[in-house]
Amino acid sequence: MADTPSKKPKRKSRYTADRGVAGAFEGETMTRRGLMTGGALAAGGVASAAFGLPALGFALGPMFEDGTPDRWQDLGPEADFNVESYVPKVMNLVAEIGEAGKTTVYVRKFDPKRDEPSPSDKEKNKEPQPYVAISTRCAHLGCPVRYIQASQRFVCPCHGGVYDFQGKVDGGPPVRPLDRFYTRVINGRVQVGERFSVNSELRRFKPRDPSNHLDGLWQYLYPSRPST
Amino acid sequence: MSKLTPPLPKFLRPAPARPGEKDNGEAGKPSAVDELKAGAAEGGAGVVGWLDERSGSSKLARSQLYRKVPKGTNWFYTLGSATLFAFVSQAVTGVFLAMYYNPDPARAYQSAAHITNEVFLGELVRGMHRWGATVMIILIFLHMGRTFVFGAYKYPRELNWIIGVILLVLTMAMGLTGYLLPFDQRSFWATVVGVNINASGPIMGPYLADFMRGGAEFGAASLSRFYAMHMLLIPGLIGALIGAHLYLVAKLGTTAPPWLKAEKKELQKEEI
Repeated sequence: MADTPSKKPKRKSRYTADRGVAGAFEGETMTRRGLMTGGALAAGGVASAAFGLPALGFALGPMFEDGTPDRWQDLGPEADFNVESYVPKVMNLVAEIGEAGKTTVYVRKFDPKRDEPSPSDKEKNKEPQPYVAISTRCAHLGCPVRYIQASQRFVCPCHGGVYDFQGKVDGGPPVRPLDRFYTRVINGRVQVGERFSVNSELRRFKPRDPSNHLDGLWQYLYPSRPST
Repeated sequence: MSKLTPPLPKFLRPAPARPGEKDNGEAGKPSAVDELKAGAAEGGAGVVGWLDERSGSSKLARSQLYRKVPKGTNWFYTLGSATLFAFVSQAVTGVFLAMYYNPDPARAYQSAAHITNEVFLGELVRGMHRWGATVMIILIFLHMGRTFVFGAYKYPRELNWIIGVILLVLTMAMGLTGYLLPFDQRSFWATVVGVNINASGPIMGPYLADFMRGGAEFGAASLSRFYAMHMLLIPGLIGALIGAHLYLVAKLGTTAPPWLKAEKKELQKEEI
């Protein structure tokens, strides 16, 4: 491809013949060597993508799937619960991992005198959830919170998050109220369903990770995801 | 010498005569063949010599082991090798732990307990892996501190510093992914919180947490995922980057300690 300096034009011609490439054809703009190099690179790229992209999609797939199945779990008869205090019950959050998938859920009856109905229900003129089922997952980093009846507060042991009787943040680092579960009553027995997150007005959102804000400008930094 | 019949590869051919010297075919500096002959005369004419003649490995080893190092090189310069040794120790013990460990949520805890309580020397090997992880982190920070205090991150070694920082992050990721594997209450909940800390990053954080858990909830897929990352993905990356790290060390050489900077440049090198 080397050219003698004397013949070199000021601006390189697009024709290989003008550029003095050995064995150039008339009207040829790309050297055969250049075509082979590009072709080999392209073939390598296609071959790598052929296994790389499916493998990447395979690994990243769960990020874009709605993974939590909609299932209802029995917590016990209605007589077990009251409006005064939370009753701890054990439920299965992740079915397939045995003991580690079980979690405590704090349940009490919805109290129209004390509880403000969620704006999500009020706007659609719907009945509020019959029971308040509070998730023990702290909204800071996911440690398990404990309900203390004497102070009517939920307290997190890890970093001192405190929540009031409604599960709203009372102090410490949490960024939103405690998550809740959908509840229903079937044949006099209380059942819990999917988890949902709430903002400071108790408006319902799809379940979020702990530490993800749902109020103010911060909420726009933590958009809803396909998996939640 | 000149009677060798098959055409020799270029690196084995005798060097041409220097200008002014008499060209008798063997002049100039000693060729690779002479070096090989000298090596063969000293012994090692058996298997080692056979391999060496074909691979040139002694030449490579010599060029790496007998390079010039700055004056004042001291024990602090061994921290990088110590870190490498810690990584090799983790890799070896990890491979053997994998022979007994079972990354299934129902059996992980039992298999880890089985290693400790029943397998011959299991407690020792698991202990080496567990404490070696801590030792490796400590050594990395000491090595990093040495590099920083001695100014060894400056031109032309900035790229090696960057690779080192990536290696530090990857080692931390090894710590996070490995901590889950015993699958007891402490490791489970510590990992849940660790993943939630990742989820607290804006915009990308929740996606990263989803990737690590393999879904929205911490379930059975999460343990296999952490196992695969801990066993295959991250060690592979670490191994490749250690190769690049060492290549740059060999290429650029080590720096003199800062207290020698004032001295004349010619005095800074000594042959070992």
